[in-house]
Amino acid sequence: MKLAARTYILAVLVFLYLPIGVLIAMGFNESPLYQLPFQFSSHWYVELMSNRKLISASWNSVLIAAITAVIATVLGTLAAVALSRRQFFGKEALRLLLLPPIAIPWLITGTAMLVFFYWTGIGRGFHAILIGHVALAIPYVVLVVGTGLTTIRADLEEAAMSLGAPPVKAFFQVTLPLLAPSIFGAALFAFAVSLDQFVVSYFLATPGSSTLPVEIYSAIRKGFTPEINAVCTILLAGSVSIFLLFTLFAKPGASRDRS
Amino acid sequence: MTAVDVTAIAKSYGKVQVLSDITTHFPEGSFTSLLGPSGSGKTTLLRIIAGFVIPDTGRVTIGERDVTRVPVWARNIGMVFQSYALFPHMSVADNVAFGLAQRGVKGEPARREVQRALEMVHLGGFGTRKPKQLSGGQQQRVALARAIVTRPSVLLLDEPLSALDRRLRQEMQVELLRIQRESGLTTIFVTHDQEEALTLSDKVAILDRGRIVQIGAPAEVYERPRTRFAAEFLGDTNFLTGTVAEGRVSLPNGMRIATASPLPTSGAPVTLAVRPEKITVAARDAAPQDGLTNRVEGTIIASLYSGTALTYEVDAAGQRFKIFAQNRDAQPLARGAAVTLSWSPDHTVPIEDAP
Repeated sequence: MKLAARTYILAVLVFLYLPIGVLIAMGFNESPLYQLPFQFSSHWYVELMSNRKLISASWNSVLIAAITAVIATVLGTLAAVALSRRQFFGKEALRLLLLPPIAIPWLITGTAMLVFFYWTGIGRGFHAILIGHVALAIPYVVLVVGTGLTTIRADLEEAAMSLGAPPVKAFFQVTLPLLAPSIFGAALFAFAVSLDQFVVSYFLATPGSSTLPVEIYSAIRKGFTPEINAVCTILLAGSVSIFLLFTLFAKPGASRDRS
Repeated sequence: MTAVDVTAIAKSYGKVQVLSDITTHFPEGSFTSLLGPSGSGKTTLLRIIAGFVIPDTGRVTIGERDVTRVPVWARNIGMVFQSYALFPHMSVADNVAFGLAQRGVKGEPARREVQRALEMVHLGGFGTRKPKQLSGGQQQRVALARAIVTRPSVLLLDEPLSALDRRLRQEMQVELLRIQRESGLTTIFVTHDQEEALTLSDKVAILDRGRIVQIGAPAEVYERPRTRFAAEFLGDTNFLTGTVAEGRVSLPNGMRIATASPLPTSGAPVTLAVRPEKITVAARDAAPQDGLTNRVEGTIIASLYSGTALTYEVDAAGQRFKIFAQNRDAQPLARGAAVTLSWSPDHTVPIEDAP
């Protein structure tokens, strides 16, 4: 029984990580046709540096992800605070409407955005991708920051007010510092959601504004070289380090005890 | 250090009337307890005085100032919360300095004030610690220091001792009383613990379903409860219900009970309250004691031994009595013993509301 369980877990890990391992390894292999024996070379990384399309797509991806993280975090945090601390008309409706987009397939969201953006004249391009990503990332931010807020007692702000601090000051001096780890975590989350986003970007991209996942997809269709492996490895390293940072910093609740 | 007045305060949430027509005066420097079961409105009244809740009608004045429409942060209050509500990301000293900073007191003067307040609660050397590193009792004292360091007009305490264990709570009661006396702050204290209210307060206000049913000095409220609720909520009571006849109260079983208090006219129904510890219980053949002119005969049906005291339950011709006796006699009275109960008419209090 124990052996079967161990074999099972091992198999899961092998199927998850072996293809990724092979992908990374082949980026460092000399042969353009993925032939063995393995011969170490950084040739494909050098090639990648002169591949203008991939470089500009990478730059677009990172830029969009960074801007998305900032905008979505600010808007999402405001929404989370309002949802947990204030009473206003339509609060329950907003709470209900904010989270389902996480569950809606991106293909549907992407199609809907494409149609809507075309119809309203927003069109396609860098700005359209940015709007789409911000919209996609906000629910995640609300979720992460909202969870963080539940660990911060509302009477802390009341205590600050009783000591003479107006509500805005009480928020900035008491709630916000306690919420910082959650907000930072939410920002990383938003960054990652945007960086890994393919479907919505694919629909909204124009030739100059395509992002890295979109560029990789079209490169694969044309027949590809280990340059793709190289750029995938870089993307992977970026994503993984972001999630490592996330698990390190975003421990909603833990911040109270650690402080 | 100012008096606080609430006038004709009413508050309802939807259809639920939480407070109705509360008018009361909290004298300068006094310690008043708001005592009542949960749902009686005591916390809502405190939060109205603090400014967290706006009353539907009525007025709150602190000193000469009408603060009904003044927000919390401009009222100059000090408040201690049930959960302490210390800022976890700040040191103890920064917590205490928070209110001073809001008033523009910074640097050396602020440091001096903070140190003085921390010494007052015996935590002089704890300024650099974080709240999480302190025990519950210490956190409570930091919360108190933080509330009084700004010299507020009124100190509001929302069940501040309920999270502490029994022993610590008694220690903190003594501390709280000392600090209140030293600072001379007008203090309003919400509690559901009747003993705590009696021990600490100059005045106790008993709340029931959104009304103050009685307010007065602890002994006055305890000895002369005005309503059935007040008598029952504050300790145990025997209720004797009968009709007035010839200046006494005649019970359905034929007993005639005297009271030192004025009674309504003959024929009117009346309920008397007698505290269990005021009744002397003795064997049937014992000599009567002076002054205890209310005498009834009965039989012990239950006897509860609890070390220093005994609780007897006595049946006297269908009327049940509960009696607290000190464990003084060589032999406690046994179940089935024939006894005489006697008590003074002074301790026989007619209560106001219907039986």
